[in-house]
Amino acid sequence: MKKGVMRPGHVQIRVLDLNEAVKHYVELMGLIEMDRDQEGRVYLKAWTEVDKYSVILRESYEPGMDFMGFKCTSEEVVEELRKELLARGCEVEDIPEGDLKDCGRRVQFRAPTGHLFELFATKEQTGKWGVGDHNPEAWPRGLSGMRASRFDHCLLYGPNLPETLDLFSSVLGFDLAEQVVAPDGTRVAQFLTVGMKAHDVAFIHNDEPDKFHHASFFLETWHDVLRAADLLSMTDTAIDIGPTRHGLTHGQTIYFFDPSGNRNEVFAGGDYHYPDHPPVTWDADELGKAIFYHDRQLNERFLTVLT
Amino acid sequence: MSVLVALEVTSGSEITLREDESLLRSMERSCFMLPKIGCKGGGCGLCKVQVLSGEYELGKMSKKHVSELDKLNGKVLACRCYPKSDLTFNVNTTNR
Repeated sequence: MKKGVMRPGHVQIRVLDLNEAVKHYVELMGLIEMDRDQEGRVYLKAWTEVDKYSVILRESYEPGMDFMGFKCTSEEVVEELRKELLARGCEVEDIPEGDLKDCGRRVQFRAPTGHLFELFATKEQTGKWGVGDHNPEAWPRGLSGMRASRFDHCLLYGPNLPETLDLFSSVLGFDLAEQVVAPDGTRVAQFLTVGMKAHDVAFIHNDEPDKFHHASFFLETWHDVLRAADLLSMTDTAIDIGPTRHGLTHGQTIYFFDPSGNRNEVFAGGDYHYPDHPPVTWDADELGKAIFYHDRQLNERFLTVLT
Repeated sequence: MSVLVALEVTSGSEITLREDESLLRSMERSCFMLPKIGCKGGGCGLCKVQVLSGEYELGKMSKKHVSELDKLNGKVLACRCYPKSDLTFNVNTTNR
């Protein structure tokens, strides 16, 4: 049941060197630098996004994800969900308006996987970059590199998948769109959606909590994925795997690393989900095909390299 | 300038180094099979080696995987290690 959570709104990523990271996310991936704050954080957006930013980069001694934020339909929804989180026994932290630039109050909570999430409803809207919303052209000229069109989802590794699914479905209104199930019935991967997309956030079981597998960005076509791969080779950027297709969600994909070792994905296509659709299930002994549909074999790096 | 060489002591392999190239990149280019290659960005810790002798400069690395003590002991990530002289190193590090 929908509870008023709309979509992934932003992700804050820790990087070892801010300048190298900005170059990667802006020049190579095609995000647009929108602002910086007194803490030195850099705010980026992809061109089709209406809100001012979706990616925040923060320099740190250790890479990884600080938090992922979901945008809600109203401040009243944020307040109601805050109450429900508290009633469940979740610790919540209230972050005042303006802590993130041009963003309203945020309610942070830690999922049983160890990851920090937050809910918010208000952020400055600057409109689709370069085209706006009045007689808009098809796309803006002047985009760099891969021309990523939106921040799409994160894949996170951690323990306590059943508790996390229950929290996200019963409190936040996410649906289980796709899952990987072991022979003993244990769910080892869960792909959750809060709209029609194949996933808005995904979790894979891992004993160590709070690990970041990747942040993913949407491209329009398979050709754009191939072109992204070309750009990765041109810039000698570390590729994890691809271009290929996923079995899970059936998206066309390539994985690579930012200069601090955080994994990124750009992908095109993929399935959709309606609330009446039962979850799609993959058997764990088909995991190779589920993740890499053509190789049908996992590379160890995909499972073990995390930040 | 003479060509710099790195000697990996466990295998006895010699790897030709290039200026401004990380030790990991030199190993990849030489088709020297490291046990593990991860993110190549100093973030995941998989390519940790122990440098036994030689001079090198270091890029930024996650402190979760390389402590200050590790650095003093030459335990560094090959992807962020830029040799400035001939090196000897070991792909096997103890106390990973």
